[in-house]
Amino acid sequence: MIVGEQKPPREVFDLISIYGGGNVLILGCDSCVSVSLAGGKEEVKEMISALQRICESEGMGWTFTGATVRRQCEKRFHGEVADLIAESDVVVSMGCGVGAQVLAENNRMKNVVPAVNTSNMGAQVKHGVFKEKCVGCGDCTIHLTAGICTLARCAKSLQNGPCGGSIDGKCEVDPDTECAWYQIYEALRQKGQTELMTRVMPPKDWSKSHSRGARTVKKEGNR
Amino acid sequence: MTGSLLKEKLERGEFAVTAEIGPPKSASGEDILARAKMIKGCADAYNITDNQTATVRLSSLAGSVFIMKEGMEPILQMTCRDRNRIALQSDVLGANALGIRNILCLSGDHQCFGNQPDTKNVYDVDSTQEIMIFKRMRDEGTLWSGDRLKVAPDLYLGAVSNPFGDPREMHVMRLRNKVSAGAQFIQTQSVFDLDAFESWVSEVRRDVSLKDVKILAGMLPLRTLKAARYMAESVPGTCVPPEIVRRMAAAPDEEKEGQRIASEILDGIRDMKGVSGVHIMPVNWYSAVRPLLERAGLLTGHSLR
Repeated sequence: MIVGEQKPPREVFDLISIYGGGNVLILGCDSCVSVSLAGGKEEVKEMISALQRICESEGMGWTFTGATVRRQCEKRFHGEVADLIAESDVVVSMGCGVGAQVLAENNRMKNVVPAVNTSNMGAQVKHGVFKEKCVGCGDCTIHLTAGICTLARCAKSLQNGPCGGSIDGKCEVDPDTECAWYQIYEALRQKGQTELMTRVMPPKDWSKSHSRGARTVKKEGNR
Repeated sequence: MTGSLLKEKLERGEFAVTAEIGPPKSASGEDILARAKMIKGCADAYNITDNQTATVRLSSLAGSVFIMKEGMEPILQMTCRDRNRIALQSDVLGANALGIRNILCLSGDHQCFGNQPDTKNVYDVDSTQEIMIFKRMRDEGTLWSGDRLKVAPDLYLGAVSNPFGDPREMHVMRLRNKVSAGAQFIQTQSVFDLDAFESWVSEVRRDVSLKDVKILAGMLPLRTLKAARYMAESVPGTCVPPEIVRRMAAAPDEEKEGQRIASEILDGIRDMKGVSGVHIMPVNWYSAVRPLLERAGLLTGHSLR
């Protein structure tokens, strides 16, 4: 899923101020950012309370409305909140960067402000803790590395084994993060396949990655 | 153009000495020359570090050119943290044209440890792939893409390894990858524990694919108790036995004790089977290098161009 992180309410207040406040719609998303506890129904409510407190102390008479849509990244779900959008002066998106952009694209005359920072493509590893798993390189090779992507999970994106800073299975950059290569080694060792680690990966073809701008995926013959 | 004298010496089977010079944060060449002059004549070749600990300094390429003016042979360190494959290949062509033959390929310290923690790292390739690219340039006379070079570079390719990484098998596999990619010499993380290092060397040498690679044992003379503690506690991937810290703590003169410890380690390295040389990282204690090598009987016979 897409993992998001809420911006601090003070920052969101400042962003809304740029557009003069007024009637503010806080629009969350029931999909990924709801699971990653950044932009679902609960977070929308909390954001509104926090913004109301700031408004009181700043003497701002803005009004807030909260809502969520099933998937903010799909225009077809925006219909249910079309009236709320129409009535608002500022739309605060609590969707991911994709949701916020689709919202802005479909409401060209509205001021759309982001209240969630999109962090990564990841998964929940324990309650309330999310870890990045994929960088969207466009050319998956995790079958060679025990299902673990080192581009996403190694701080140096090393493709041919660990750096010297792999200590007790942890990454030197963050002792709370597992060394991806150690995890690969352990997983392969248990399957008796550590020889896979000595298969040298040549320089990667990054042309399928982000380096050429927004990538397009076309499904031929599909609907 | 002269080839690598370091390569010649190592291939003759003679014990080689390399030493590291860290370029300063300065736009003047005088500062690096001052450091270089303090250890001139001590080593066969001198590593010029590449923004070590991810801290911006005078470039390793410029530093290498400065020490060459002093007749000192450089080992140009090139990290792939700051360069994509275009920059790596271009820099190596430029370096070679300037007379640089020895290249140490490394991934580089992570930017979070340096003075530009907000930067974006590159890692288009890792150090193993960097070696593959340079090997192709030298052996096939082409760029990685296959484009033919008018003149192919003459390169002696090195890599780094950590003998104290755990689990050892995993780190040795990484070393095997670097060697099969084309690494000809290896400089290791600093050795403080001779027994642990010896056991690593013998394991490495048992591996058929690693029997010919030249291994230069890294060493870092400890000047102060603080440095010993720092190495023991804060430097990722080093292994300083508690006994060394205890000796530094008990010593009335820390520098003298540091020299004594360094000498013991250097003697052990010099006499160890399977070790091709030593790589000294003086950090800021350049004056320690000459007496250290002298005591080990390793000061003579270093070639100057």
